[in-house]
Amino acid sequence: MFAFIVRRIIQAIIVMLVIGLVGFIIQHQIGDPVRDLVGERVTPAEREVIRDQLGLNDPFYIQYVRFVKNAVKGDLGLSFFYKKPALEVILAKAPATIELVLVTALILIVVSIPSGIYAAIYPKSWFSRIIMAVSTIGVAMPVFLTAIVLIYFFGVELNWLPSYGRGETVNLWGWESGFFTLDGLKHLILPSVSLSSIMLPLFIRLVRAEMMEVLETEYIKFAWAKGLHRQRVWYIHAFKNTLLPVITVFGVQLGILVAFTILTETVFQWQGMGFMFLEAVERSDTTLLVAYLIVVGVIFVVVNTIVDIIYGFVNPMVRIAGTK
Amino acid sequence: MSHLLEVKDLEVKFALRFGDLTAINGVSLTLDKGERLGIVGESGAGKSVTGFAIINLLSKPGYISAGRVLLEGQELNRLPEEDMRKIRGNRISMIFQDPMMTLNPVLTIKTQMIETILAHANVSKTEATDIALDKLKKVHIPSSEKRIHQYPHECSGGMRQRIVVAIALLTNPALIIADEPTTALDVTIQAEIMDLLQELCASEKMGLILITHDLGVVSQVTERIAVMYAGKIAEIGPTQVVIHDPQHPYTQGLIKALPGSLQPGSRLNQIPGMMPTLTDIPPGCAFHPRCTISDTICRMEVPALISRHDHDHMIACHVVK
Repeated sequence: MFAFIVRRIIQAIIVMLVIGLVGFIIQHQIGDPVRDLVGERVTPAEREVIRDQLGLNDPFYIQYVRFVKNAVKGDLGLSFFYKKPALEVILAKAPATIELVLVTALILIVVSIPSGIYAAIYPKSWFSRIIMAVSTIGVAMPVFLTAIVLIYFFGVELNWLPSYGRGETVNLWGWESGFFTLDGLKHLILPSVSLSSIMLPLFIRLVRAEMMEVLETEYIKFAWAKGLHRQRVWYIHAFKNTLLPVITVFGVQLGILVAFTILTETVFQWQGMGFMFLEAVERSDTTLLVAYLIVVGVIFVVVNTIVDIIYGFVNPMVRIAGTK
Repeated sequence: MSHLLEVKDLEVKFALRFGDLTAINGVSLTLDKGERLGIVGESGAGKSVTGFAIINLLSKPGYISAGRVLLEGQELNRLPEEDMRKIRGNRISMIFQDPMMTLNPVLTIKTQMIETILAHANVSKTEATDIALDKLKKVHIPSSEKRIHQYPHECSGGMRQRIVVAIALLTNPALIIADEPTTALDVTIQAEIMDLLQELCASEKMGLILITHDLGVVSQVTERIAVMYAGKIAEIGPTQVVIHDPQHPYTQGLIKALPGSLQPGSRLNQIPGMMPTLTDIPPGCAFHPRCTISDTICRMEVPALISRHDHDHMIACHVVK
């Protein structure tokens, strides 16, 4: 298990270096740090001097190494708009996004697993048919439309739920959390439901398809032939095997979910990283954009590594491969 | 005297969109306590379906459309599902073809063993573990205390099939149905598993239904043979009689097709043609298009399974009587 984790961490570092390279190339090609620093009245000659001082005329690889060195130290450059370190800006916005993604992931798990299993066990029941029909519509519906429909009904017509912002938050050691106030939780509902609607149909279908496939296997037939209770066959024998591919896909999709927050956060004026990203695009804040790319890259890699390790615990065959 | 198992005029159909397909068409057989019966035939003859019909575990859309299955006088095919569950894995155990696929890859051998005991007997986990270890010893698993904590992928194919046999033995069943238990194994392990099954059936007084297409295996292990063709029994009788003095032209063909008696290098005998698919069973005797001695009546009437002079030997053929 230890060797397995070490190997996964080395892979994660390589992935981060590649993401860093892509980020650096973007910054190198599009951004102009001199513009970020000086005003209009600085002459081209003076600019050239500043470029030299900043090392911007150094060869590409030297600049990249410097970039990586700084990034490891947590220095992702200064945001041109905020006049603050980019990482600081992002970290201030991160809790909002992370909480949104966490609640969304929770909704995904709590809804997709039971309904996927139900639809696999009773494929012909009316409930399964409705699930499948609704999930087909769900696949086709873009997130901003879902969000606007939800806002219209629950925010405007019924006036049950707040439709923008995070509401009241509590500051816990620098982490702005909406989990601890009723108002904060209420504000979480619509954004997280909208965000989960993108992945929910996929997950219900995935769980259902995997479960149906597992139910056809020989070891499930053998489990029936052993005279086990149906609950045991379904929830222990079949479900554990269904989980394996679901965990893998879940890990990848969780990362993609972070990217999808850009749309959701914009619709709901959710002050998270995605909202900040769009603002940064409008302001051509290249440093901040690259920093966002790298932070999201880190989240993606960390989540996937954790998922792989969990997978190793569920699947005995991975465990063995890791101890060799 | 009542039999351990009695199958009477069993008929199994598969409900398809275009109507029902008959997979088993009037199969009757009996098995006494401790008796070993082989069911042989080509693929698609209905051997496995018969096995699954006995424990009422036909995969959908298959269902028993007529006939009765009696275990110790109790009619199984009309039992409520919960009562049938108590019989499966308890009074009747099954052994499947491919040990690589039969055991659940994510559960330990221990889990898969004790759950079977706990599903049928009111014992503690410790007692169940002791029973499991005892059965693993019976099937000659070395260092079973260590093995029992392992996962299936840590064991070889032969080892896994022995574990499957041990699982089948856990509740001391009256009957074991083994569906091609050695087909997926190599020859030396085949012999080992067959010896084991035979030895256990004798010592534990268990009935055995051995479903296979391997006549060699059947002749060594079983006391009686039923030869199936296109969902019906073509010939049934004591193993030695059927193997050495086959009467039905199909059985004769099967036995002639064995390479054993041939000169090395000569062509193997084969039965001309193919077994009909279930959608397209010829009228009359299903075997007549491939039969060398068929008569006009064979094309018109389905032959009944009739006893020969020896009461225990029955064949379904118009020509051979």
